Amino acid sequence: MKEEVKILIIDDEEVVINSISKIAISEGYSVDPVLDAFSALQKISSSKYDLIICDIMLPGMDGFQFLAELESKRIETPVIMTTGYSTIENAVKSLYTGAIEFIPKPFTVDEMISVISRGLKYNSIMKLKKSNNDSILIVPCPAKYYRLGYSGWMNKEHDGSVLIGATDSFIKTIDLIKKIELASVNEKLTQATPAVKFETVDGLVHQLYSVISGIILASNERLIDEPELLEKDPYFDGWIYRLVPTELDYEMKLLIPCSSDRS
Amino acid sequence: MILVRKIFGKISLKLIGVVSATAIIIIGVYSYFNVTSQSDVLLAEVERHANQLSESVKNSTRYVMLLNQRDHIQEMINRIGKDPAIDNVRILNKEGEIIYSAHPEDIGKMLDKQAESCYACHAENKALEKLPIQQRTRIFKTHSDSSRILGIINPIYNEKSCSLADCHAHYANAKVLGVLDITISLSEVDEQIRQNEIREILFAVIAITAIGFIIGFFVKRWVDHPVRELVSATDQVAAGNLNYIIKNLSNDELGTLGKSFNNMIKKLDETSQQLYQSTKMASLGQLAAGVAHEINNPLTGVLTYSSFLLKRTKDNPQMQEDLNVIVRETMRSREIVKGLLDFARQSTPKKSSIDVNDIINHAIAVVNNQLKLNKVNLVKEFDSSLPKITADVNQIQQVFLNLFVNGIDAIGQNGGTLTVKTSQISLSPRGITQIKNAGCSKTHSLIDIEHKIGGMPSLKMKIKSNGNEGYVNIDPIYGNHRHYFGIAFDNNSNVNLACPVCDISFIDKNSKCPECGGPTYKIQIPNQGFIEGCASFKDNWQKWDFVDRAGVKKFVEINVTDSGCGIPSENLNKIFEPFFTTKGQRGTGLGLSVIWGIIDNHNGSITVESKLSVGTTFSVRLPQNDLLRSI
Ligand SMILES: Nc1ncnc2c1ncn2[C@@H]1O[C@H](COP(=O)(O)OP(=O)(O)OP(=O)(O)O)[C@@H](O)[C@H]1O
Ligand SMILES: [Mg+2]
Ligand SMILES: [Zn+2]
Ligand SMILES: [Zn+2]
Ligand SMILES: [Zn+2]
Repeated sequence: MKEEVKILIIDDEEVVINSISKIAISEGYSVDPVLDAFSALQKISSSKYDLIICDIMLPGMDGFQFLAELESKRIETPVIMTTGYSTIENAVKSLYTGAIEFIPKPFTVDEMISVISRGLKYNSIMKLKKSNNDSILIVPCPAKYYRLGYSGWMNKEHDGSVLIGATDSFIKTIDLIKKIELASVNEKLTQATPAVKFETVDGLVHQLYSVISGIILASNERLIDEPELLEKDPYFDGWIYRLVPTELDYEMKLLIPCSSDRS
Repeated sequence: MILVRKIFGKISLKLIGVVSATAIIIIGVYSYFNVTSQSDVLLAEVERHANQLSESVKNSTRYVMLLNQRDHIQEMINRIGKDPAIDNVRILNKEGEIIYSAHPEDIGKMLDKQAESCYACHAENKALEKLPIQQRTRIFKTHSDSSRILGIINPIYNEKSCSLADCHAHYANAKVLGVLDITISLSEVDEQIRQNEIREILFAVIAITAIGFIIGFFVKRWVDHPVRELVSATDQVAAGNLNYIIKNLSNDELGTLGKSFNNMIKKLDETSQQLYQSTKMASLGQLAAGVAHEINNPLTGVLTYSSFLLKRTKDNPQMQEDLNVIVRETMRSREIVKGLLDFARQSTPKKSSIDVNDIINHAIAVVNNQLKLNKVNLVKEFDSSLPKITADVNQIQQVFLNLFVNGIDAIGQNGGTLTVKTSQISLSPRGITQIKNAGCSKTHSLIDIEHKIGGMPSLKMKIKSNGNEGYVNIDPIYGNHRHYFGIAFDNNSNVNLACPVCDISFIDKNSKCPECGGPTYKIQIPNQGFIEGCASFKDNWQKWDFVDRAGVKKFVEINVTDSGCGIPSENLNKIFEPFFTTKGQRGTGLGLSVIWGIIDNHNGSITVESKLSVGTTFSVRLPQNDLLRSI
């Protein structure tokens, strides 16, 4: 018997609460639904959660204010943001301000299940890391790289093109990769929208967001035959796309420099 | 407006009246003196003439009198009296007895010394002495309705030859023997004077009328017409025609007034256009976002529940088929809503630090071929010290591309000039910065398009005071305070301001008004911080850190001028409308409306000036040190 997993769901719409609850319960998790951020903070102060799923537009205190509140209280429970106003800005802003995932409404059951599973995995890794201090469980991205949330990285090459890939923390939160589905060359990617699909042995499909916007110059074909490259060397041989960036100056500001992870 | 016309009519009438009255007085006085002096001259002439006559009668009768030939004298007098101009000729003796007369029936009658022929000499019962001519003439009427008569008396003095004569024994000590009295009718002279008077009056009337007409004409031309033109221009503007221009401007003050009127209308037109577009674009974006938000929640439910049903009915293929349709169509709806949000998202620029001159050069490179093809001469007047601005490179480049293509299209096949000029300008911020967007924490917009203040949509909030509840509309210009209170509002009571939709309070519990110590409101301006102000409205305290920090607003101005066909004034306010085009199938009519949206999102402005068959200038202003959009 595995330990009981508890998820806190914050949304002001009953139908959304019910939907997420239904999905979570079907996966064997227990849920605690609340309708606003204030009651969520109360709940958090009295009991522990493994994951929080939070709407952005909430009465009184919105999702971003809630994230800031969590940070000031040093609560490290991973947060998945969701909203009906599913703009790229909201997605990027969520990831920039500390959410580990962003899932736009309406989501399918499978999308939600994968996001929850990644979130929970992330939580257990973090717990592990805390309990045995010195072991390096996750390889951080190189100092000159930038990342979008915890999942994707980018690096500016000398020729002006940009490489993007998946971070070790993302790879560690998913099961063994069975199949990779890449976009084709010349296709245009937009920041914080799905760029790669990973099918894992547990039957889930995970989507990785593009770190920046740009046109695909090349994709790493080796990954199709050797998905394990991603696990072995996520920051170099495991790159995914080479892009001609279209909005680099602007979008870089919304990324987290990997150098900040080392302090 | 009718009132204005009436008032004006009075002004011009007054002017004409005053000038005419002055003319009447001047001409009247002049004519009066003219007529009097003329009649004086005439009378003097008659008098002189009468005196001469009197002297010659006296002289010619002298000899006869000496000889005492009475018949002779009488006959002579009769003859003289026949002259039609002469009324009567008489000789009286000292006692007043008529001795000779042209009217023989009078002879022998005694005249009272008070009679007018005697009066001059016997006024104070003095003896008759020498008298000057003025005193010897008199003008009188026999009846009140008869014509005037001039009489002249001429005393006949005693002479030696007479007193010594033995004929009729005059005493030597008697000085005056009698009087020769001639009266002349003045009817002819009076007639002439009357005619003079009539002429004079006629002249005065004609002159005054002429002056009146001339003044009237010029007043009409210099005052009435321009004012009427101004009044009808005001009418037009009031009726919403912002393309009206006052033509035929004169060089005087009214012309200047007309010019500034034209200018004002132009500015009004520009502002209202920008406003119209911005509200339209903003509301379109808000609508899309609102719809997306509202639809995505129920879609979540549909998607989740149908997926679960799919799982639960694995053994019912018919049901599976139907459920798959639901899932598929829901996914399709999801894509539609996503498209809607993408549209709304286009309005958020991705800003970075850019060099406008640089971007213009890029845009020129793109249209270079077309410039050559159409024989367009490109003139660049770049300010090389132009500071970098914070803007979306792609969007700004698109602005100039569209402007250049429009310019080239306007120039056509026969060649022309396209001028691109960049420069820096500064304008100050308080009182000009419009609050274009404001919301509660649930993003309900406070912008009230229905209630405008100063022509711009205001900010609507629920207000509660003393148990009264209603709405207040806040002035959308930062630093202006033309607020509108929908309820009787007591600013000493406990005030609450709240979102009209969800009732979230805007009162900032952590802050007090620095001027009155009362409560303050704090409203979020998306991406531009918060605006705070005195919530009891006792004073005008207001603070918008985001804008204040920026200080004096500096802009980069770019003018794109073409020597093309120009834009007819009736099209000027339509060109920024989506789908307005004069290019038929070749144009979508989206170019300028997209430009408009982009510039508005950069908090800039675009204006156009055009002259038919001379050319068109588009002026773009972009803020220089707009703070980076905070994330
Ligand atoms: N520089 C100019 N000179 C004269 N007319 C102009 C100029 N710029 C725009 N216009 C007028 O404004 C209209 C709208 O311009 P806009 O750029 O929005 O659409 P368009 O040029 O017709 O089509 P599109 O840009 O989609 O090809 C034009 O059809 C034209 O009549
Ligand atoms: Mg165009
Ligand atoms: Zn919501
Ligand atoms: Zn609200
Ligand atoms: Zn105050």
